[in-house]
Amino acid sequence: ELAVRGPRLQLRSLSAATSAVWLAAYGLFALSENSMVLSAAIFITLIGLIIYLHFVKIDQESLLVIGSLGIQVTSSYASGKESTTFIEMGQVKDVVINEAIHMQKVIYYLCILLQDPEDPQGVSEVVPLFQSSKPRLDCLIEVYKSCQEILEQRKTAPQSS
Amino acid sequence: MVLKVFFPSCCSSADSGILIGRWISEQNSAVILAVVHFPFIPVQVKQYLGEVQRVTKVSVSVLGSWSNSKQEKEESLSEFLEDLGTIFCHEPWIQISKEGDSKFWSCSTLQKPSKNPQEEEIILVYYDQRKVMLSHLHPPLDTAGQRAEDASKLSAIFDTVARSQVLFMTDRYDEGPIKLTHWQSDGVEASIIVELMKQASVPACMLLTFLLSLLSGICRSRVLKFWPLSFLWSKLSTCEQLGHRLQHLQVISSNKKAQNQNQLMRKANIFVSLLIDVALGILLMSWLYRKNRIGHLADTLIPVADHVAEELQDLLQWLMGAPAGLKMNRALDQVLGRFFLYHIHLWISYIHLLSPFIEMILWYVGLSACLGLTVALCILSDIIALLTFHIYCFYVYGARLYCLKIYGLSSLWRLFRGKKWNVLRQRVDSCSYDLDQLFIGTLLFTILLFLLPTTALYYLVFTLLRLLVVIVQGLIHLLVDLIDSLPLYSLILRLCRSYRLAAGVKFRVLEQQDGKPLRLLMQINPLSYGGVVQTYRLPTYSCYPKDSWASLCKKLFLGELIYPWKHKGEKQN
Repeated sequence: ELAVRGPRLQLRSLSAATSAVWLAAYGLFALSENSMVLSAAIFITLIGLIIYLHFVKIDQESLLVIGSLGIQVTSSYASGKESTTFIEMGQVKDVVINEAIHMQKVIYYLCILLQDPEDPQGVSEVVPLFQSSKPRLDCLIEVYKSCQEILEQRKTAPQSS
Repeated sequence: MVLKVFFPSCCSSADSGILIGRWISEQNSAVILAVVHFPFIPVQVKQYLGEVQRVTKVSVSVLGSWSNSKQEKEESLSEFLEDLGTIFCHEPWIQISKEGDSKFWSCSTLQKPSKNPQEEEIILVYYDQRKVMLSHLHPPLDTAGQRAEDASKLSAIFDTVARSQVLFMTDRYDEGPIKLTHWQSDGVEASIIVELMKQASVPACMLLTFLLSLLSGICRSRVLKFWPLSFLWSKLSTCEQLGHRLQHLQVISSNKKAQNQNQLMRKANIFVSLLIDVALGILLMSWLYRKNRIGHLADTLIPVADHVAEELQDLLQWLMGAPAGLKMNRALDQVLGRFFLYHIHLWISYIHLLSPFIEMILWYVGLSACLGLTVALCILSDIIALLTFHIYCFYVYGARLYCLKIYGLSSLWRLFRGKKWNVLRQRVDSCSYDLDQLFIGTLLFTILLFLLPTTALYYLVFTLLRLLVVIVQGLIHLLVDLIDSLPLYSLILRLCRSYRLAAGVKFRVLEQQDGKPLRLLMQINPLSYGGVVQTYRLPTYSCYPKDSWASLCKKLFLGELIYPWKHKGEKQN
């Protein structure tokens, strides 16, 4: 089981965003003399924070590889929500590190290749991993090595029994 | 190869006995369904398993032994359990033993040829039997039917547990030769309300079917098929909605039992949606009739219609003058303006003629809101269409005039250049005209060209008004569609009993100890809300725009009449 932790929520950026919204609300209040503006600003800040923590901010991503069952990818959000996908071993063709050119730099990402049921040599889908924590190449190489060890056993196992 | 044992978590505290379940050899995994306790007679066990196999079509067999000893390991018991392996021959024979209250169990397998316990790797997966039995595994949404043969391993496991329902019917209070432990062994679950409803539903369904057949017979009778009436029925959206609901009722009240999961969910969705619709409709009705709001509504209807007509008159007066500083052709302006003004005058007098009856009509029409909120919304949309009928008429007049002008202009422009439209070959060919043809053609062309701004302005104004009305009606229809097609029962099920709709499973690694097998906990991963709506959406007679934006703009430019919404049942001409 391998887990990658993303950066935690910064207190600085949170307070900066809140104070910006509330300053704007005070400015509007001074102009319009309507106290609804203030309560609306508080409401919006709270709702925005909840939505951000529950749907956007990913705290930790983990990969669980079980040799005979499959691969499970979990992302857990800052509010405690976890979203999981489980891919059975029969559908997994291979786990590779891919390169991509993004703007002016080259980034590396780990992905799972899924088997195409009709064409044994083809790849039906590519599932990228660790999308929001984006670990660097050295970290990816370690994860890649452990995954390949387990996948090797799967290939040699049917002949031995 | 690795051996996977799926063990129900309810059997963890059961007494010693033998394990029965299904062995799936392609995946090298054993799904354990129950534990049979001592004392038992092997012949009776085999008989019982044979009966179960016949009823459920699942190959249930004895897979191994389970020993749960409170103190230290008893040697005699373990030998006895090994001997059992010779009576119920199954390959491989699985032995699981638990000591005291320890969390870590020891598993071993026995292969016939070698006769000594092998060091095969075993993975122990705990699963919650009740949830797995009740849940329905959904295939991934993008691949619809191709993966049917390549059934995933998990669906085999879910299938096994779901079909062995009859095995779970006996509990420990039954006086039978076999004593089992499974999730229902402490008492079979049942609910009085569900049983009563099942009994009451059969006569209710028969009554409903009879009433519906009467109703549909009346609807299909010849009286209602005469030309003016049938034209009216097809134009009113209320009748479409009522027909749609009638169809739904027929689906629910049919006597055939639902064959598979999809049909069952569809029936349940239709039922809940109808119920909520009628409840909301009755709520609306009670709100409308409470402080005689209907009377107030009827009283304000005539002044509103008058107000709209006055605004239109002001608009026409503005157009007849110099609108936005543009200079119009005075004569044509006056003719068109007076024509439309007379039309509005007719309309106002018609409304005033109808005014004493409006309140009564509205009162009775409001009663039909008890048939559902969707029907009330459709009636609202129809009332809007009827009240703005004069705008529709103006739009048609303006569009026809403009269209005629554009066609005339284009053909005379061709004459101006010496070309002609060849109908036979469907293309533009050159043609030599006589002098008088050219003279008259050029004259007409000039007249039409200079009259173009006036007609174009009238057309523009009335088209905008018509589009406004169409947008309002479209929004109402969108709302009706939403209420019609939302699968409420599935959404509530996803909220309350999320394990019934499964998109997959998730594993959690439990504490490990060296030398003992790997322990995993298998939980159900429920389907996302978007997936639920996409899978169980109810089909509607939906109206969706039949033209793309580009063709709509082209039609507007040429002056062709636009009918933006297309109903599914309409014939195309």
